[in-house]
Amino acid sequence: MSGALTAPAARGGTGRGGRLLRQAARHRVGLTLAVLALFPFVAPYEALAVNILVLGLYALGFNLLFGYTGLLSFGHAAFLGAGAYGTGIAIVHGGLHPLPAIAAGVVLATLIAAVMGFLAIRTRGIYFAMTTLALSMCVYYAFYQMEPLTGGENGLRGINVPALNLGLVSLPLIDPLVKYYVILVFVGTAVWLFSRLLASPFGAVLEAIRENENRARACGYDVARTKLVAFVISGAVCGLAGALNAIHLSIVPIETMHYAMSGEAVMMALLGGMRTFFGPFVGAATFLVLQDGLATLTSHWQLFTGAIFIAFVLFLPSGIWGEVVARLKRAGS
Amino acid sequence: MSGAILRTEGLGKRFGGFRALDGVSVAFPEGGVTAIIGPNGAGKSTFFNLISGAMPPSEGRILFQGQDITGLAPHRFTRLGIAKSFQITNVFPDLTVFENVRVAAQARRVRFDLLRDRAAYPDLARKAEALIAEVGLAGREERLARELAHGEQRALEIAMALAADPILLLLDEPTAGMSPEETRTMMDLVRRLAAERTLILVEHKMKLVMDLCRRLIVLHQGALLAEGTPDEIRANAEVRRVYLGKSA
Repeated sequence: MSGALTAPAARGGTGRGGRLLRQAARHRVGLTLAVLALFPFVAPYEALAVNILVLGLYALGFNLLFGYTGLLSFGHAAFLGAGAYGTGIAIVHGGLHPLPAIAAGVVLATLIAAVMGFLAIRTRGIYFAMTTLALSMCVYYAFYQMEPLTGGENGLRGINVPALNLGLVSLPLIDPLVKYYVILVFVGTAVWLFSRLLASPFGAVLEAIRENENRARACGYDVARTKLVAFVISGAVCGLAGALNAIHLSIVPIETMHYAMSGEAVMMALLGGMRTFFGPFVGAATFLVLQDGLATLTSHWQLFTGAIFIAFVLFLPSGIWGEVVARLKRAGS
Repeated sequence: MSGAILRTEGLGKRFGGFRALDGVSVAFPEGGVTAIIGPNGAGKSTFFNLISGAMPPSEGRILFQGQDITGLAPHRFTRLGIAKSFQITNVFPDLTVFENVRVAAQARRVRFDLLRDRAAYPDLARKAEALIAEVGLAGREERLARELAHGEQRALEIAMALAADPILLLLDEPTAGMSPEETRTMMDLVRRLAAERTLILVEHKMKLVMDLCRRLIVLHQGALLAEGTPDEIRANAEVRRVYLGKSA
């Protein structure tokens, strides 16, 4: 499992599969971007491709805490929502250009993550999950109540960004394919930074904390402070996903902040494989394609995604991508 | 004692109404091995947890090289130069042996570097390799820690503790659960380590430490019963009564 985690020191046998895996781990950013760049041509339709891209980033940010640090948060919808609202409000009420508006969304999400993280990291396990859930619902109601600014129950409407004006060129976001690639630039940059973070000495500390918090402390690491930094970065990445989602959808539904959305992050990470780099994107694609397909067949689609999710947790706990990596590794040794 | 590296003054610990440790004042000399012994329930592990910083005392003070370190956060103890290995094996199970030691070594130098690669610190890698060899695990670098045998995991733990460059190394029952063969290897390692730094070890098996340590501290029912050289302890009637029991 850890082979896919610690890319620089990737394990795996000496055989062909093992070599393949080590090569793949070394170029994980390039491979991820290549797959995402080709994705619109295999996705059922472009809007779904953008959804998968954005929510894949959301799941990736969530997974920094869940898969890499070992902290299960049930409050990440607050960051997705804060990023979306921050960007939406900056555009709708502030008349800002989309780029500073995205920055505003990320900053808002980061600030909320700093406060929530500060309060939550003292707790562990189920208490951590419950604390993050409760705090995220406080954020939810605060945004719900600020109706003049957020649109309350109706959501924030009118985030119209027909084109991204970059001075010399103007990219027409009306064209779904252009929109996909513009968003991919942001997602790609985030994925690259994310990969560097995981390969860094700080990434090693996160893994150490996940593996054995007491031992990490005995090694001389300030566990609480490290967790807080991870929490804030995770919130910022999810905030960026929210900001991009606001521009993609032209609206921020209040449900973006609801705890059900926090649950979706957990589901996507688990479906794809929480111990892998690329897993969250696989999880997001699986979840959204399932949702999309089932929703045309039945209005009770959640019943079926729930059942599928339970089946995964019981029979394929390492997730789809986690299983692929494990099989390659076995073939290699 | 003037050459004391670690000194406790009236150290005590209560858990609710239970007094696990009461008014223990001892001084540990610099260099060599000092063993803390005592029968089950004597308060050895509590005492170990207090001087290693795992928990704060209810009363009393701890002085390290003359500096009051009572109540400091556990990771501060390590940074001051007090490292420990636990009684129950305590490693990073899903990381490789190499990464276990490398990340332990890293704590001393770089804790919040978010953007450079881990490989950008080759000195840490070299240090990890050297420590792995020192505790006898050369060739096992790429194995996952959880795949190691029990004795090997204990050796790995000691390598991780050494990675912090400790002035004072604390070992809690380093041979617990080991085969006679593994025990012998571990005791050889302990002897080698003591040549270069101060060691304090908690040990249940008194015979094991008698020919190894310079000083002994005997705890009984949460209090200090005796302290002295192995010969003094062997001759102490109180110790023979409560600890050696029938074998005396």
